[in-house]
Amino acid sequence: MARGINKLRRAYMLLPLLLLFFSAPALNAKEAQSTADDPVIEARLRKLSQELRCLVCQNETLADSRADLADDLRREIREQMKAGKSDQEIIAFLTQRYGDFVLYRPPVKPTTYLLWFGPFLLLIGGLFVLYRYVKQRRDSISDSPLSAADHRRAAQLLAPASEKEVP
Amino acid sequence: MGRYLIPLVLFLVLVIFLAIGLGRDPHEVPSPLINKAAPGFQLPQLKDPSKSFSAEDMHGKVWLLNVWASWCVSCREEHPLLLAYSSAGAVPIYGLNYKDKREDALAWLGDLGDPYVLSASDTDGRVGIDYGVYGAPETYLIDRNGVIRFKQIGAVTPDIWEKRILPLVKELNGQGNK
Repeated sequence: MARGINKLRRAYMLLPLLLLFFSAPALNAKEAQSTADDPVIEARLRKLSQELRCLVCQNETLADSRADLADDLRREIREQMKAGKSDQEIIAFLTQRYGDFVLYRPPVKPTTYLLWFGPFLLLIGGLFVLYRYVKQRRDSISDSPLSAADHRRAAQLLAPASEKEVP
Repeated sequence: MGRYLIPLVLFLVLVIFLAIGLGRDPHEVPSPLINKAAPGFQLPQLKDPSKSFSAEDMHGKVWLLNVWASWCVSCREEHPLLLAYSSAGAVPIYGLNYKDKREDALAWLGDLGDPYVLSASDTDGRVGIDYGVYGAPETYLIDRNGVIRFKQIGAVTPDIWEKRILPLVKELNGQGNK
């Protein structure tokens, strides 16, 4: 009985979640406001803003983010595109203000060498350790041939049970 | 002995790196604007929109530009400190009222006090973009030549004021007298 009530209570607790789920399209409406004026620019904007980080949410792209700043930056990018700026120029505009952090693909330069090449260093280090380990193991296995006593013992162990001599 | 030492050392290195990572605020992104010229702007003043304020007006002075808004929670937190520092008078504090409604901003200053020599209204946040603002409050220390020397993202704390801003203000003010 008590269990039934608990179950009911749990179902009620899920209700707000469900409501939220169904109202999500309404929340998304803001994103879909991309003006109908120029499909070429809108496509460029969508592509470019997928490469850019929203500084407020940090793990969302500028294309996905619904933060106020992301709205402003999308508007800014759209205006610059309409003014004929290239993607490179717009990226330069943003990195001058917000730093390389806005880029999801950081540029290769001295301060990012470790970021770009660190994984390869780790790989090389790992291969070196593996090589040393395998070599050490191989060295520790002795190549000395079996002695006569070893042969006799092996034959004895391998012989069928009926032929086994009683020692 | 050695074979236990290696994993232990690796583990300690990992712990140190994670501890440093935990202690850092991921929202503090180093600004590329440090030691660059403060972007120019010309904006209406909050209290009297018929007058304008521009960064060039401040040439020859060491000053603080504090980005604030009435909707910004941390600004409210920071506010009493700014009031105290403003009346101490070590450095003039100017406000950039960022993406705010004029009535709200004026009411905010009326209720809580006004630490700013004046505030400029950046209603659409366009100047904010030029200054790389992404989380109000942000505070810029700008020198006599209009170069940004320090940027605080988030509320100024007494610690940052005493250890970073004040010494730098003294240094920058001293430079001009030589």
